[in-house]
Amino acid sequence: MSLNVVPLHMLPAVVPAAEGGGEGFETPGVANFWWPLFGGDGAFAFTRPALVLLISVALIAWFFVGATGKLSLVPSKRQFLVEGTYNFVRNTLGRDIIGSKDFLQFLPLLFTLFTLILVNNVFGIVPFVQYPTFSRLGFPLVLTVIVYLTYHAVGIKRKHGVLNYLKSLVPPGLPTWLKPILFVLEFLTYFVIRPLTLALRLMGNMLAGHLMLLVFILGGEYLLLHGDNIGLKGAGILSMAFSVGMTFFELLIEFLQAFIFTLLAALYIADAVSEHH
Amino acid sequence: MHPASVVAAEGFPSGFPLLPQPAEMIVGLIAFAILYWLVKSKVVPNMEKLYAERTAAIEGGMQQAEEAQQQAQAALEQYNAQLAEARAEAARIREEAREQGAAIIAELRGQAQTEANRITEAAHKQIEAERQQAVVQLRSEVGRLSTDLASRIVGESLEDETRQRGIVDRFLADLESGSIKPEKVGEGA
Repeated sequence: MSLNVVPLHMLPAVVPAAEGGGEGFETPGVANFWWPLFGGDGAFAFTRPALVLLISVALIAWFFVGATGKLSLVPSKRQFLVEGTYNFVRNTLGRDIIGSKDFLQFLPLLFTLFTLILVNNVFGIVPFVQYPTFSRLGFPLVLTVIVYLTYHAVGIKRKHGVLNYLKSLVPPGLPTWLKPILFVLEFLTYFVIRPLTLALRLMGNMLAGHLMLLVFILGGEYLLLHGDNIGLKGAGILSMAFSVGMTFFELLIEFLQAFIFTLLAALYIADAVSEHH
Repeated sequence: MHPASVVAAEGFPSGFPLLPQPAEMIVGLIAFAILYWLVKSKVVPNMEKLYAERTAAIEGGMQQAEEAQQQAQAALEQYNAQLAEARAEAARIREEAREQGAAIIAELRGQAQTEANRITEAAHKQIEAERQQAVVQLRSEVGRLSTDLASRIVGESLEDETRQRGIVDRFLADLESGSIKPEKVGEGA
């Protein structure tokens, strides 16, 4: 794939439909998301999404830390926005799910997750960035590992020891023959399926959504520029127009995925915090 | 841990473009750590402090409102008490006035009665006095007339004798006491 070695052409709007000769359409694929900036082309290359992630951290820190440094009882416009976001995470994702007794100690984690994922997801349609950071598996995986470690640690602490924690996976009052089967199922759920789905759901949604935009925009461009007749050119325009609608749909998905990731993290923690399984 | 690092030699995602890249994971971890630290040390404490302050402010406001309401209630009760008192006072005054009016009327009536009695008395006295005067006057008149009459009948003046009025007076006194009938006077003369 020639695009792999020409990373500058990643920007969807700039990617040439076909290099040289203008013959043949190169279908955008997963490989398009690989975009090293410097440090070679290997495992330790510094990539564009890594840069975007760092920028997003700076942006979130500036927005929230800056605004919360000078809070007033009667909020300004910016504080209103900050409070709205904070309230949403605090009350909807934190207090209502984890419970008013324990939610405050997990609030920094939930708030960090939500803002980081939301901003990076929205970067997928922000002009000049146009890259959903979490379409790279490495990032959601890191966040998932953190959530994974958190809820297991909390569970072991709350259930007084690893053994009690493992025992608590099986709901009480079951017939003895059912217990081993259920234990295996619950163990898989807690230790394999939950982290896997948490990471892959976010990554898959971001990747697929962006890939779809790429296909519609690049395909539309190719049809428009290289279409043999007016029908194909019209289809190209239609495809481009459809991508605009898809972009708004993407915005919804981006918010929803940030919400779902944080919601599930809160649910897992709430599960671990609760006295009984 | 990083199956990708095995493949990582040349062109990282070669063959497995979806595998996580170690550098990205490290950056992700660092980014998360920085943001988590900022949120934990700055954003959440500041926001929670604000919420506590706001709650305190609202509770303070509510307490203030409650106090104001209590004050208003007290004022209302006081006003009602004063109103009731004023009503009682007014009723009392009205009652008093009525009693006073009745007393005044009774007094006036008594006074008028007394006055009327007095006037009647005075009139009686005056009438009596006038009657007495008339009787005296009449008596002297009758005496004179009868003397005149008698002298005309007798043809000579009896005046000298009548100067001694005792006769006439005695006669009249006899007449009054009923011992002499008038006819007899005529006959006798």
